[in-house]
Amino acid sequence: MLYQDYIKVLYIDLFKKKIRFENRADLCEFIGGSGVAAKLFSEGVRPDLPPMAPEQPIVLAIGPMSTIFPVCTKTVAAFFSPQTGEYGESHAGGRLAMAIRMANVDAIVLNGASSEPVYVTIKPDDITFHDAEAIWEMPVGESGQFMRSMAGAPGHRSIIRIGPAGANLVPIAGVNVDTYRHFGRLGLGAAFGSKKLKGLVISGEQDFAIKNPAEYNKIYQEIFDKVTKTPAMAKYHELGTPKNVLPLNKINGLPSYNLKKSNYEFAENVSGEAFAKDVLERKLSCSGCPVGCIHIGNLRKLFDTGFEYESVGVSYDHELVFSLGTELGMKNPTDILNLIDAVEEEGMDAISAGVILGFMTEALEKNDIAKEDALAELKFGETEGYLKAIHYLANPPNEFYKKIGCGLSKYTKDRKDATGDYALLLGGLEISGYFTGPAHLLGGVTGVRHSHVDNAGYSIDQKLKEFTAKNIVEAVLKEECERSVLTSLVICLFAREVYDLDTVSRALAVIGITKTVDDLRLAARKILKLKLELRERLGFKIEDHRLAARYFETPSPRGVMTREFMDSIVAEYREAVKAYRS
Amino acid sequence: MARKLTAPGMSKCILCYSCMIACARFNYKSHSVTRCALRIRTTGGMTSKYVADICRSCKNPTCAFVCPTEAMVPKAGGGARHNREKCIGCKKCVEACKVKYLEFDDDLRKPLMCTHCGMCSRFCPHGCLGVEVQKEAVE
Repeated sequence: MLYQDYIKVLYIDLFKKKIRFENRADLCEFIGGSGVAAKLFSEGVRPDLPPMAPEQPIVLAIGPMSTIFPVCTKTVAAFFSPQTGEYGESHAGGRLAMAIRMANVDAIVLNGASSEPVYVTIKPDDITFHDAEAIWEMPVGESGQFMRSMAGAPGHRSIIRIGPAGANLVPIAGVNVDTYRHFGRLGLGAAFGSKKLKGLVISGEQDFAIKNPAEYNKIYQEIFDKVTKTPAMAKYHELGTPKNVLPLNKINGLPSYNLKKSNYEFAENVSGEAFAKDVLERKLSCSGCPVGCIHIGNLRKLFDTGFEYESVGVSYDHELVFSLGTELGMKNPTDILNLIDAVEEEGMDAISAGVILGFMTEALEKNDIAKEDALAELKFGETEGYLKAIHYLANPPNEFYKKIGCGLSKYTKDRKDATGDYALLLGGLEISGYFTGPAHLLGGVTGVRHSHVDNAGYSIDQKLKEFTAKNIVEAVLKEECERSVLTSLVICLFAREVYDLDTVSRALAVIGITKTVDDLRLAARKILKLKLELRERLGFKIEDHRLAARYFETPSPRGVMTREFMDSIVAEYREAVKAYRS
Repeated sequence: MARKLTAPGMSKCILCYSCMIACARFNYKSHSVTRCALRIRTTGGMTSKYVADICRSCKNPTCAFVCPTEAMVPKAGGGARHNREKCIGCKKCVEACKVKYLEFDDDLRKPLMCTHCGMCSRFCPHGCLGVEVQKEAVE
């Protein structure tokens, strides 16, 4: 779409091993990124077939500003979620957006399924299918190295791949992107696995001449200065998102021990400050972002007597400090890095994996799960059992792990016991690292990808003055709609304070796209409506999502919530969405 | 005054490519990081060390010595200046580069030669790159 009036789509048929390109002018109204990905996905999805049927498409899309302006660095994946059985959308950074740009496409649609394991290299003038049989169940790190060496000379390429969990069709499997980034949530890894697709290597050297150098340089500089010289993004660079640990803990908004508590007595030990002091070894950026929010911790692992250590760089952020830290009672950064590293290598969503482990620990305490099924002794604060269970989740040795690896929604659905009361789910997906109040719960259930960043309910909980059902619903919907602009341009949401709609409009103008602020608002509404309709087609019903009793037992910063109040908010939301969609 | 691009702080590099993007933007009016006069690369993937392939301003610039059209001429203080108008795209400079820095752009039919303008270092958020100004050099 950059300087063009169409979106260039690459269609790959994994069954026939054939490709075709289409220049789609009709897609421009969906801007790019999440808008275009959702539209392309809606055209191909088969609601009548299971999420992992070969007919289901996977779409990757960037936006018109991707890598053209600072911090426009994400790629959107749209797919039929093997985990929730509804619309799946996941965003990843790394080099992928730049590689797709340089390969001269705006979106990639993966159709069909290969009969044998493959990985695909994508360049502007060469798309090749490679035999992946030898690396099919290989861990994420090693398979990345393999694909890197097979791809030839170094360059600005992106390597995305699944690990054992994806190969084993575990519905909480993710796709790792360039070592430290992920399409983590909602099971894209299993969707890749179902297509016998190990991964993609994307690269290119496409040139794009700048058409308005003076105007472009001016606005680029303005945005670059906002990003690097104002406080707008400072926290992401300094401590990174783990900076949230202590403030959340202070207000009782940090889930711990499977949310038996909303604060954590060892928060100081696992705070962003503690990580920075004890293990932080380097910071990295996605290509085209000068912020450097990717924090890498040094994990030293003793593997033998005689002071034999291996050293591994492991990326960490707030969500993982929660899911594999406070949720599991870990007391220091090294133990958390150890668990993150294990989950990374297996190729699973670290949030879902951690929340499932927290649930299992409590279920074992309560004898709701048999020890013979768990095969590992899980105790809060002890890594050894969790390391075993992580391996079993990705490589299920029995029916129990097969079922719980589908996620807690499917695991608790048919059980007649009380496990659903403490299965931490919002919209069928395991929770993220916030427990701030009703807006967060509503946002998690209703967000199109059930992510806390869909609509920032956690922030609304902390900022909203008049805390009525109507106000909460309005704030959540407004935020989700406005974020549709950013996710369609695939601007990193960390830069949301930099990219107000006026800045976006001016930036688009210099790359040949005329959209006023009102145009952007209208496009955002259209995109959100598309996604709301799409997920209903795939079976999402808000009334199917009953909130766990645990949410009404543990105090939040807004006090102990009541189911009655939450029901009233959900009822308000249902009416508001009806009006919104009409 | 001669200017010389340096890369003294690559251990601080966050691999953001802001430097290459700036060079492409200012020197080649391009959005492409492959059309720029320096390259930041890993030495073995994201987990490895990162290095900058930059013009090292050789005192005896073989790139200039082998140029048949004098498109590439030695500069006072080291390195060479490239005149795109005079360049016929013979690639002799690329082959002669002592530090294997110089790359050839097949579309432009020219080498991607650094002018040591310092735009890359201006946009580096961590001070990985720098520009030395050699006051005593007389051109």
